Amino acid sequence: MTPVIEVNNLSIDYQLGKRWLNAIRDVSLCIDPFEIHGLVGESGSGKSTLALALMRYLAGNARISSGEILLDGENLVSKSEHEMRQIWGKKLSLVPQDPLAALNPSYTIGEQIAEVTRLHEGLSKQQAFSRAVELLAKVKIADPEAVVRRYPHQLSGGMQQRVTIAMALSTQPRLLVLDEPTTALDVTTQAVILDLFRDLIHDNKAAALYVSHDLGAIAQMCDRVTVMYGGEVMASAPVHPLYAAPLHPYTMGLLASIPRPTEGVETRLPTIDGVAPSLAERPAGCVFAPRCPVALPICFDEKPPLETIDTGRMGKCHRWREIRSGELVMQTAPLEKVATSLPPDDNYVLMAGGVSKRFGSPSLFRRLVGGDSGYVQAVDDVSVRVRARSTLGLVGESGSGKTTLARSIVALEVADDGQMTLLDMPIANTLAGRSQAVLRELQMVFQNPNDTLNPYQTVGQALARTIRRLSGRAMIQTEIRAKVNDLLDEVRLTAEYADRYPAELSGGEKQRVAIARAFATDPALVIADEPTSSLDVSVQAVVLNLLKDLRAREGASYILISHDLAAVSYLADWIAVMYLGQIVEEGDTEDVYQAPSHPYTEALLSAIPAPDPTVQRGNIRLEGDVPSPRNVPSGCRFHTRCPRKIGAICETQEPPWLDAGGGHRIRCHIPIDELIAMQSTPPDSERDEVSL
Amino acid sequence: MSRYIVRRLLLLAVTMLVTSLIIFGLTQVIPGDVPRLILGREAGEQALADFRAEFGLDDPLPVQYVNWLGGFVTGDWGRSFTSGNPAVRPLVMERLGNSMRLATMTLIISVPISILLGVLAALWEDSWLDNLISVLSLSVVGLPEFVTGLLLINGIALGIKSLGLPATSSVPDGTLEDWIRQLILPSLTATFVLLGYIARLTRAGVLDELKKPYVRTATLKGLPYHVVIFKHVLRNALLPTITVIALSVGWLIGGLVVIENVYNYPGLGALMVDAVKQKNLLMLQAIVMVTIFFFALANLAADLLYAVLNPRIRLE
Ligand code: SF4
Ligand code: SF4
Repeated sequence: MTPVIEVNNLSIDYQLGKRWLNAIRDVSLCIDPFEIHGLVGESGSGKSTLALALMRYLAGNARISSGEILLDGENLVSKSEHEMRQIWGKKLSLVPQDPLAALNPSYTIGEQIAEVTRLHEGLSKQQAFSRAVELLAKVKIADPEAVVRRYPHQLSGGMQQRVTIAMALSTQPRLLVLDEPTTALDVTTQAVILDLFRDLIHDNKAAALYVSHDLGAIAQMCDRVTVMYGGEVMASAPVHPLYAAPLHPYTMGLLASIPRPTEGVETRLPTIDGVAPSLAERPAGCVFAPRCPVALPICFDEKPPLETIDTGRMGKCHRWREIRSGELVMQTAPLEKVATSLPPDDNYVLMAGGVSKRFGSPSLFRRLVGGDSGYVQAVDDVSVRVRARSTLGLVGESGSGKTTLARSIVALEVADDGQMTLLDMPIANTLAGRSQAVLRELQMVFQNPNDTLNPYQTVGQALARTIRRLSGRAMIQTEIRAKVNDLLDEVRLTAEYADRYPAELSGGEKQRVAIARAFATDPALVIADEPTSSLDVSVQAVVLNLLKDLRAREGASYILISHDLAAVSYLADWIAVMYLGQIVEEGDTEDVYQAPSHPYTEALLSAIPAPDPTVQRGNIRLEGDVPSPRNVPSGCRFHTRCPRKIGAICETQEPPWLDAGGGHRIRCHIPIDELIAMQSTPPDSERDEVSL
Repeated sequence: MSRYIVRRLLLLAVTMLVTSLIIFGLTQVIPGDVPRLILGREAGEQALADFRAEFGLDDPLPVQYVNWLGGFVTGDWGRSFTSGNPAVRPLVMERLGNSMRLATMTLIISVPISILLGVLAALWEDSWLDNLISVLSLSVVGLPEFVTGLLLINGIALGIKSLGLPATSSVPDGTLEDWIRQLILPSLTATFVLLGYIARLTRAGVLDELKKPYVRTATLKGLPYHVVIFKHVLRNALLPTITVIALSVGWLIGGLVVIENVYNYPGLGALMVDAVKQKNLLMLQAIVMVTIFFFALANLAADLLYAVLNPRIRLE
């Protein structure tokens, strides 16, 4: 079979000042017809550069320094930009990462799709528009006639991404490049879009390059996978052996560091220490050597060659033979956690009852005219409790109100309603009403550490400032210095970091500093809002472990907010699932992950792409978008999307709390035993295996 | 959208009301006894009293204000204090017409040139062309209007007499050709002020848009370069430029005092200077009201235009 695209020994350089720095080194890759090829790597691995270079699209300051890119045997490297414009959009199409930014805000959807077919297939304006409607129907957009006339900003993220795929498929391209196409989407939307991609790619007999950092999505989508690190290919293999028996230490490390929902709370994740090298400081030997747990002296001096291991399987490591024969064993299973902590006890650190928060107020006009209420009920009468030394996980899609709830607890938002007690003392809902002691006990870690670290302060100054401000007593310089060093040590950073500025730190290091700062005041409760979602998976593992260790050593409690159910389950003992401002299910972590589940939780769990190609994903998909919180559905808020909806009662009556035992509660009209019955027999057969 | 327009129109009315209060208040505190200034030192008490009575200067202030504003709205802008007491409105209207012609001419010249320069500079960012355009537009902006004006008079008009361009223009009159001749020098001068500004704004707008992912999408559709630039990039890049152009209309109509003086062009700005010199209160009030009205209108036009061209706002 002649491959659709074949990349041979491709190298790409970037110009930085006067120097040319090598970004992609000697990469070879080959995609057969009908194949979905995964390209996986962490940030800085060069995967996006490579994906676009495959289309012969380079940044202004980049050049191809050697190698060839063959599309159906035709070398693209020697083509002029003018020649490439005949190929772009016709034989090579891109599905971009952020669909809203990738669509022109000033033209209708129809215009933007029609443009492609008018150009490449010579359709008339009329024909191209009716084709656009057909294409939108093909990507399962309801009411395509209306959507062609809309503008990008009028569509939801999932719809926007469907539009870009309709656009990309409009000309039956030979190769489709999907650049992190679901990163910006909620997990339930991602699940629907991934199904759609796979079906459409196969229907169109197209080959595809699927770029992602998400090993779960890659496992579920792809036939073959190439793993990139530091601008080089580390391994390339069919998806099943790659996940079942990885032969490269980096692949093994990556796979091991993914938290899996089944692992429970008593384990630590294996991690890959260190950080990926920057362009300027790529090592001369194996690029992975500085972080590789099994590196030999030779690895630092000599670059391993990219060798063919089996047919279709390649690896770039001096030691793959030892790994395959089993002589060299790497720790890939979760490690047992050293039990240094007291178990959670039954005292509650925090109790928050009946918390409500709404944004905006209905204008006089709206009140007179009626229609939507005009304000957003972000959190609606929610009660949570956190036991000492335990972790409450808050999960839900965007718009569920989980972040607003957290911000209300730390008084970054002022709750409209609700009583909170911290360590059995009532606390005010406003920041001004809280004493220094309360501020000390309640700390928050944010999603993006860049937003919270002052770029003009060294790490040491930032920590010292927090210590001084909240310590409540005078401290001498040496005492503060000692405390700063202690804190850095707690988060596994050396004392030298005290003199560094945030710009000199990697994302993971910044987040560790942010955590250190949260612990500067020995808080009773730390609220972490998506603390790892901006981090790579290998770094995420480090931070999750750190949070777990700190909980054990410092006896702190957490509220962990995340859309990633797997990451939450790794840390949380108690989970509350939120939908449209309300909790719909809560319970012990293990109970929540098993039947009976609220239909929404069930759908969330079903949507997670397992990082294992042999595990079939659940096939419960949520169609439609989360309703606007301005206009909350009547009855059960989930009824507009619920796959288990039982009838009119769901639309008219608020569902009751059902007791599933052990404090596990579900808010649904379906009785517990029926939920158990329907959820233990998975509906219908699974979708077809990915054909090769 | 229609609610938005209604709201903006209401805002315009409120702006004008507040403006009128301020204008009225300010003219009350102008130092000196106006009737005496106008009628001269020799005027007798009776003459002064007659003058006061005729122009209603004896009424209490609120009554004066209401009379004035009411008159203004119904089109009776009062009479000039100057000899013969001509009605204010026709005078102001005539000058307004002149100013609008000058503004139109200036826009016709400056908008295409400056946008073109801005786009070229952006597409060839950091090239010699970009640098040249930057230096030129910056240096022209840096010069005060009267300097460019005098340079133009001396350099072009006097140097190339054969062209028949008049160095000084009296009240515009005559054929269309005369019109253009009389307008060209002042509008060129105003163009120089606007040019660098609009060009730099356009350049920044285009550079901003070029970085956005949708440009990559358009390119990777295989669209020819000129389609990517003219259809996709400029459609968005020119949004801020267009609003600034709309805003500059207010300045062109009421703010060209210096240019009008240099060229002796009978526009609104020149009339305002005269009115100030003569303490011609009603005239001054009328001019300022008209000028501010156009500023506010230009502002409104800019916002509406932006909303119309930008679906993200239009379809809110
Ligand atoms: S070559 Fe050496 S350093 Fe590189 S991955 Fe293999 S064992 Fe590790
Ligand atoms: S109450 Fe009805 S709509 Fe709501 S989750 Fe239960 S079954 Fe679904």
